[in-house]
Amino acid sequence: MFPPPLATASGGGSLGTLDHGSLYHVSKEPPQMTLWLTLAVNSIAFGGLLFLLSAGFSLIFGLMRIPNLMHGSFFMLGAYFGVTLLAVGANFWVAALASGLAMAIIGGGVERLLLRRLAGQELAQVLLTLGLSFIVSDLCLIIWTGDPWQPLAPAELRGVVRAGGMIFPLYRLAVVVIAVAVAAALWVMVDWTRLGAMIRAGVDDAPIARVVGIRVSRLFTLVFALGAALAAFAGVVGAPILSVYPGLDADMLPLALIVVILGGSGSLLGALVGSFMIGFLYNFGQARFPDLAYVILFLPMLLVLVLRPQGLFGKGGS
Amino acid sequence: MSRKLNRRTFLAGTAAGTAAATLRFPAPAIAQGAPFKIGLLTVKTGPLAQGGIQMEQGIASFLTEKSNTLAGRKVELLVADTGGNPAGAKTKAQEIIERDGVNVILGPLAAFELLAITDYVRDQTTPLVSLASAEDVTQRRANPFVIRPSATCGQCSHAIGDYAAKEMKLKRMATISDDFAFGHEQMAAFQRVYEDAGGKVVKKLWPPLVTPDYTPFIAQIGNVDGVFNGFAGSNPVKFMRAYADLGLRARIPLLAGWTALDDALLRSLGDEAVGVISAAYYTSDFGSESNKRFVAAMAKHYNVLPGGYSAGMYVAGQCVEAAMQALDVKSDDRKAFAEALHKVALSDTPRGPIKFDRYGNVIGDVFIRRCDRKDGQLVNSVIKTYPNVSQFWTYDEKEFLANPVYARDYPPAKNLEP
Amino acid sequence: MTRVTAPHAAFALALVGLSTVPLWVGNSYYVDVASQILLFAVFALALNVLVGYGGLVSLGHAGLFAVSGYTAGLMLQAGFGHAVAIAGAVLATLLTSAVFAVLALRSTGIGFLMITLALGQILWGIAYRWADLTNGDNGVSISTRPAPFGMSLSGAPSFYYATLVVFLFALAAMAAFERSPFGASLRGTRDQARRMTALGYNVWLIRFLAFLFSGFWCSVAGLLYLYNKQFISPQVSALQASAEVLLMVISGGTATLLGPIAGAAIVVIMKYVVSAYVVRWNLVLGVIFVAIITFMPEGLVPGSVRIWGFARRRWRALRPARKPTAGAPP
Repeated sequence: MFPPPLATASGGGSLGTLDHGSLYHVSKEPPQMTLWLTLAVNSIAFGGLLFLLSAGFSLIFGLMRIPNLMHGSFFMLGAYFGVTLLAVGANFWVAALASGLAMAIIGGGVERLLLRRLAGQELAQVLLTLGLSFIVSDLCLIIWTGDPWQPLAPAELRGVVRAGGMIFPLYRLAVVVIAVAVAAALWVMVDWTRLGAMIRAGVDDAPIARVVGIRVSRLFTLVFALGAALAAFAGVVGAPILSVYPGLDADMLPLALIVVILGGSGSLLGALVGSFMIGFLYNFGQARFPDLAYVILFLPMLLVLVLRPQGLFGKGGS
Repeated sequence: MSRKLNRRTFLAGTAAGTAAATLRFPAPAIAQGAPFKIGLLTVKTGPLAQGGIQMEQGIASFLTEKSNTLAGRKVELLVADTGGNPAGAKTKAQEIIERDGVNVILGPLAAFELLAITDYVRDQTTPLVSLASAEDVTQRRANPFVIRPSATCGQCSHAIGDYAAKEMKLKRMATISDDFAFGHEQMAAFQRVYEDAGGKVVKKLWPPLVTPDYTPFIAQIGNVDGVFNGFAGSNPVKFMRAYADLGLRARIPLLAGWTALDDALLRSLGDEAVGVISAAYYTSDFGSESNKRFVAAMAKHYNVLPGGYSAGMYVAGQCVEAAMQALDVKSDDRKAFAEALHKVALSDTPRGPIKFDRYGNVIGDVFIRRCDRKDGQLVNSVIKTYPNVSQFWTYDEKEFLANPVYARDYPPAKNLEP
Repeated sequence: MTRVTAPHAAFALALVGLSTVPLWVGNSYYVDVASQILLFAVFALALNVLVGYGGLVSLGHAGLFAVSGYTAGLMLQAGFGHAVAIAGAVLATLLTSAVFAVLALRSTGIGFLMITLALGQILWGIAYRWADLTNGDNGVSISTRPAPFGMSLSGAPSFYYATLVVFLFALAAMAAFERSPFGASLRGTRDQARRMTALGYNVWLIRFLAFLFSGFWCSVAGLLYLYNKQFISPQVSALQASAEVLLMVISGGTATLLGPIAGAAIVVIMKYVVSAYVVRWNLVLGVIFVAIITFMPEGLVPGSVRIWGFARRRWRALRPARKPTAGAPP
């Protein structure tokens, strides 16, 4: 019951016969140029996706200093929700936003009922969020089984972009636009709105903020809910690229951690820059240094941490 | 593509599968009156659970069809969750052997799990009918207690290597697969037969097992006539979508190993799979009587199309039954049972006629299939059958075993281009 | 000489119970599970040195565990004897711990966590990728267990006793460490690092040495693991493994001796015993962790002590009302 068949501009119907030899032509562009172009464009595209993935984590960790190890779970659960809605025919964006809303409720509930009592106790927060992630991942296995799901991109974004022998899916570029829009919205909210000011006040000095009349606890619940919603939204938006499968949470969480730590915790700009850096590192690193494939993302992060522990844009020592 | 997201049928299926795993207590081994115990080592939690669930469905379907009675004897199925890692596999193997006293083990799922338990299983003289494809367990480190009715990593790859060179006449190919032993061995086997038949493998790509985005690898494929992939688990879905999105599907034919286009995976795929050629030891449209029953049972109980994981376990059940029939009252003698398993030869199985070579690996048909859309559904249709394929292909057994086991760099790729 | 108090009696009782496990546990399989509980307890105790007493949360300790197991496994495969292989493993792990420490101690808190995570992942990547050395995910298997003083350890009960002896040594070492001035100074660096520096302590060196101490016992645990399973593969160094041992420490209770042991017991029993009866044991384990955090955020052991003490006080508070003062007899 997924949306109608993939209709790429390259024409999916040309494989109707068993005559394998004649139908396939070779690209006329020099292959190296096509390769570098594809890698460069995908670096940006992947960076955009990474930012969407990490935004929620950056928000919660930056504002509330909570290492939310459930972030991958929110991402995966949100993706499954969204994919389910898509399977019953919902519009793609509606599914993404509805999934974000659902996760906001769940995330808010987790914060209000469980995390709130553990303020400042980092180890307890780790145990709680990891324990909850076990529960979520097993529940997902029960409800959605072990089969992977990969929805198609929304109909209006299914085309390709051609340039210099490269064929690149339009949707991935659209994800970059979405990422930048989300970044801008978050920045405006945190730095320019009254709500953002209240949140920052609550983070800097909660007791005084309360004295002034700011409902700090309620704000923290809101921030956590927003972080969870962002993760879910990212999960749905990313589903046509990453697919949804058991283990998605464990695969994505380290990426979010790397981006936030590299870019500097507590800085949205850092998360944005970090995302694109990791995008480039990933694409060019995998292509140029295949032997380092397993560690290509951890080595640079290690270097940065050892040389500049607060990350590239982080404030102060960690 | 109609995909029924029917939670009720799924939960019913899970319940049926779980019910097939009876709650068990250590039972004293009284001879004939005691049921024959089959222990299933599978994966029910974690990323490999997809295949593990199917394995359980396969053997449960077989036992339900036989009313839990094989060769006139009551059979009990014990299901153990290894978690998909070697430590879990070893511990669970110990549990079902030492605590529960099973007569035979089915599974495990992953090659590294089998390697972790092969010595132990031999020391405990417990027969094992494997799904996992670790080559050496039926080659250089042959375990006399193990038979394998599924395939070695290379068994299907040999066939498609031949097909690619001789029938598709592809001259230059790239291989791409997960960077772990299962991927290495599949690609090595393919390369050997393909190059011996005149083809050239000009590129070998190895994305890590956990790869969020295959684009940087697909972008390196370059000018080739075809690509062979051996992805496993849920990776094939992501890979084929990226392959299509980046425009390669229309340009370069894609070939696949059995895990990469398994019939059970079709429900998760879309148009990106149309036109892909794969080699598998099982195909759901195979016309044998047992397969018709099997496919119908899987549809009825679990609302799924079976693939290699479940079929592998169904056939394993048939092998156990055949051995029990051969031994009759002596089925409890585990050493004799292991020998009887090696002698099993069946003509009616979901994968066609099978027998075993002297190392315990199956000799059976390998199907080359092509994925198409028929009436809106994706199906894999057989376009060629290679009969009686052994794990050594057409190579001389001694010469084959004298070479090192297939690995990332063996056989060495001599035609690579930068 | 010394008064026999309740904790002493409890300890003696536990010791008797542990020493006789093969007798009262029904099956050799459960004896093996008991061995696994003990070896993971050693691993958790080792991590607790840094997490509990040092306040340094590491997510890369599975890497150290793996270095030990792999070194011994590869040396055994190469033909060396058990004694040499064990020595090699311990040495290799200490070296790796030193490298870890030098890099990770550049930071504290989340930075330390991320550096150790990265280092653990790098080791995992090496184990997978450098197949020429490690045989990749096909793993390394060994055929024999050591035979100290000529006693064979191939059976489950004898292996259990050997593990028990090692475990008791580890426990004694941890107890000695906790009471020692070194342990006190480590706790000092956890609680008041700046003050310690002001007082003239070399905080970095204290942490570095603690890392080595932790690494040593990790190597012991890794060796026990290798000999128990007689197989090792890259999964032992995965992030999941590091997270698991961290969960053992936190759920049991950091900065206590019994906490990591309790945590190890919970996880191992859930994974290998309860999983035989409960299909969704992963879910249940998660629920247990959440319950522990909700009702006993300081960990299972300290939390239980607290609840026990609470219960005792309530019991005592009830009793005076029963004394016949002015009213009806009880």
